[in-house]
Amino acid sequence: MFKTNCNRRAMLAGLALAACSVPLTGAAAQSWPSRPITMIVPWGAGGGTDATARMIASLLEKQLGKPVPVVNRTGGSGAVGHQAIASADPDGYTIGIATLEIGTMHHQGLTTLTHEAYAPIGLYNSDPAALFVRADAPYKTVKDLLEALSKAPDRRFKASGSAQGGVNHLALAGMLKAAGIPVARVAWVPSEGAAPGLQDLAADGVQIATASLPEAAALMAAGRIRPLAIFAPKRDEAQKDVPTFKEASGFDWSIGSWRGVVAPKGTPPEIVAKLQDEIGKAVVTAQYLEFMKTKGYATGWTAGDGFRAFMIDSDKGLGATLAELGLKK
Amino acid sequence: MDALAQGFAMVFSIETLLIIMASSLFGLFVGAVPGLSATMALALLVPMTFFMDPIPALAAMVSCSAMAIFAGDIPGCLLRMPGTAASAAYTDEAYAMARKGQADIALGSGLVFSAIGGLFGTAVLIVAAPLFAEFALNFTSFEFFWLILLGITCAIVISSTTPLKGAIMLILGFLVASVGMNNPAAFPRFTAGSTDLLGGIGFLPMLIGMFAVSEVIRSALDRSPRATIIDQPIHNVFKGMWQLTVKYPKQILRGSVLGTVVGALPGAGSDIASWMSYALSKKLSKEPEKFGTGHVEGIIESGAANNSALAGAWIPALVFGIPGDTLTAIVIGVLYMKNLNPGPSLFTTNPENMYAIYILFIFANLIMIPLGWATIKVAKRLLGVRREILLPLILMACIVGTFGMNNSPFDVWIMLAAGVTAYILEENCFPVAPAILGVVLGPMLEENFVKSMIKSDGEVLAFFSRPVAGVLGVLTLVVWLYPLLRHGFRRSPGRATPVGEAL
Repeated sequence: MFKTNCNRRAMLAGLALAACSVPLTGAAAQSWPSRPITMIVPWGAGGGTDATARMIASLLEKQLGKPVPVVNRTGGSGAVGHQAIASADPDGYTIGIATLEIGTMHHQGLTTLTHEAYAPIGLYNSDPAALFVRADAPYKTVKDLLEALSKAPDRRFKASGSAQGGVNHLALAGMLKAAGIPVARVAWVPSEGAAPGLQDLAADGVQIATASLPEAAALMAAGRIRPLAIFAPKRDEAQKDVPTFKEASGFDWSIGSWRGVVAPKGTPPEIVAKLQDEIGKAVVTAQYLEFMKTKGYATGWTAGDGFRAFMIDSDKGLGATLAELGLKK
Repeated sequence: MDALAQGFAMVFSIETLLIIMASSLFGLFVGAVPGLSATMALALLVPMTFFMDPIPALAAMVSCSAMAIFAGDIPGCLLRMPGTAASAAYTDEAYAMARKGQADIALGSGLVFSAIGGLFGTAVLIVAAPLFAEFALNFTSFEFFWLILLGITCAIVISSTTPLKGAIMLILGFLVASVGMNNPAAFPRFTAGSTDLLGGIGFLPMLIGMFAVSEVIRSALDRSPRATIIDQPIHNVFKGMWQLTVKYPKQILRGSVLGTVVGALPGAGSDIASWMSYALSKKLSKEPEKFGTGHVEGIIESGAANNSALAGAWIPALVFGIPGDTLTAIVIGVLYMKNLNPGPSLFTTNPENMYAIYILFIFANLIMIPLGWATIKVAKRLLGVRREILLPLILMACIVGTFGMNNSPFDVWIMLAAGVTAYILEENCFPVAPAILGVVLGPMLEENFVKSMIKSDGEVLAFFSRPVAGVLGVLTLVVWLYPLLRHGFRRSPGRATPVGEAL
């Protein structure tokens, strides 16, 4: 039973390597990998997901001795790329990066795809969102801000930091919900990513912004904005003086964007196990850790079932917050 | 100064230097071939920059565009066909000089004063951009809204002879950019249920189509006979350049200043800078009667102007994300792709990238001299390249490049459709530049409008409530209402025609 695997992505991946002519046998798992492994990234080249994926791909390439080309399939707020990973042949020669959006898109009715379409390999990064105000704002602590929010009329406060329904919007909405303040209290000003939202905060366009600490580093260093808390169970290693939201307010709420490696559902378990092994080795190499540190990305590794449990949790939390915002379809 | 050192290190790495060399040669070649524009050179580079790091990608953009603008002078001088639109203003002049046997002086001054103009524009970029950025850090969506609207207005008024056609193209750009769900409400518009269209009509495929494919079609359908190359030995092109510099310092400065300013205005780039500069040079010259007969003065001034406009155009592009010309519209696309989103925070977040860009500009203008000299030396062979061979190669590069960026055949269709559309529109005298500005600025305008409306809870007067926003807003309205006001003055009784004429 010979099967010629010849899809467009693999063709490009194999370009000079004539990948298409290599037959794949039933006993493929033993000989895996016998040809290049394509890694699909649902976000654009040059972004954080792309940069980290390329790093992992280059390390994997060295370890496996086969090329691991990275292919960016952007569009549809991540829907296109996530779909491409899910619908690839589950033969172990296509893997991809899943991000937080796999837990929001289906709630918003953008796709029917959920994490169940994947065999989880491992979670390698999770950057918690943080809460910011302008440096000269009267709110010194989270408590000050929450108190002001609970007294203010609806929509007096405006906040920004991501698109409508983006991770930073959900971070703020979740915070309000956790503190028992109606979500409609703060008007959300959508922005194309964290940077313009934070810039708007610095320029006195909005009073609150949510973003990850590395995204805000420059404006923090310039003394324009101030972090009040981080939405994580633990403080950040690099910014130990920023309290967690729970410490600062007593309410529990954590959220952050995350990135993990997945394979299409149905990929042979032996191959998934091998990938977990190899990528697990890659993400503890000095080269990887150094790269992630200079770029300001958090590191970690949660393989297999742990990653699945994480995705189920993430999906539930995001769904509840989206419903609260009226964005759930 | 740590950032400066990092900037140097990024530019002077082997990878970046090799890319600078390769894209310089590419720019010189495309610029020198009549009918292939500098914008096309950049559009063709885009798919390759896709696989580069941010700084090498920008290095490719900067050096390619600078070289292409200079190289456009070569066929203008030897064939009487401008290589790029930016050389068209003084093509007849340069050709007349070549016929008088002064091709080396015409080409030499094109080269040397291009480099000087380019360095001048770079100096202004280095000084002005961070100042503007510092100021713009205090801009909220209100200020950005007016700034973009003002930029769009300028673009239509300046860049098109018929503002109505310019406005139509701009709105066409808006329409194209509104497809997909990249809007403040993340609501899918005009997608007809297609997943491919959820992400919108790809900007980069569209660029490649509009600027490369459309030119391929035009060249392929061009049946005009090949012009004969003026065959005369070109000796030392640098001979006499110092004397010209001493003789025409004012012209050099004037051209550079005008070029930088015009470049920085949205919608007007090197070509308009060079036309304006040539006209100004003639008007202010002591010997205007010599213009058109093979006189070097105008070449010096507008040669400096078109290259200084390049750097000038980067100022609004980097600080506000508003392209100064079609070249920077492409650059902005690349910046977004590399996650170096233009805006004032670009200067605070990654100062080393800014230094690297400055260094790149200086370096590109310096190596233009030896590389440009070498190009002039081989010009005759370069100008003899056969279209039948070149055009299919370019088309193939467009298709492969577009496919390679996203591995999406859909993008290739977008590119081809954009190319055919742009060709048909241009043949009917609809300018393409406003359309690409519309595509870049439409979503920004919408986003800032929606943001502002949310912030002000629907209160329109809030658009004038912040001082800078108020000034920009009034300025925009004045530009809009100017034709009406002028009309009103003319017809008002008691104020006779002289006032109307003075206006």
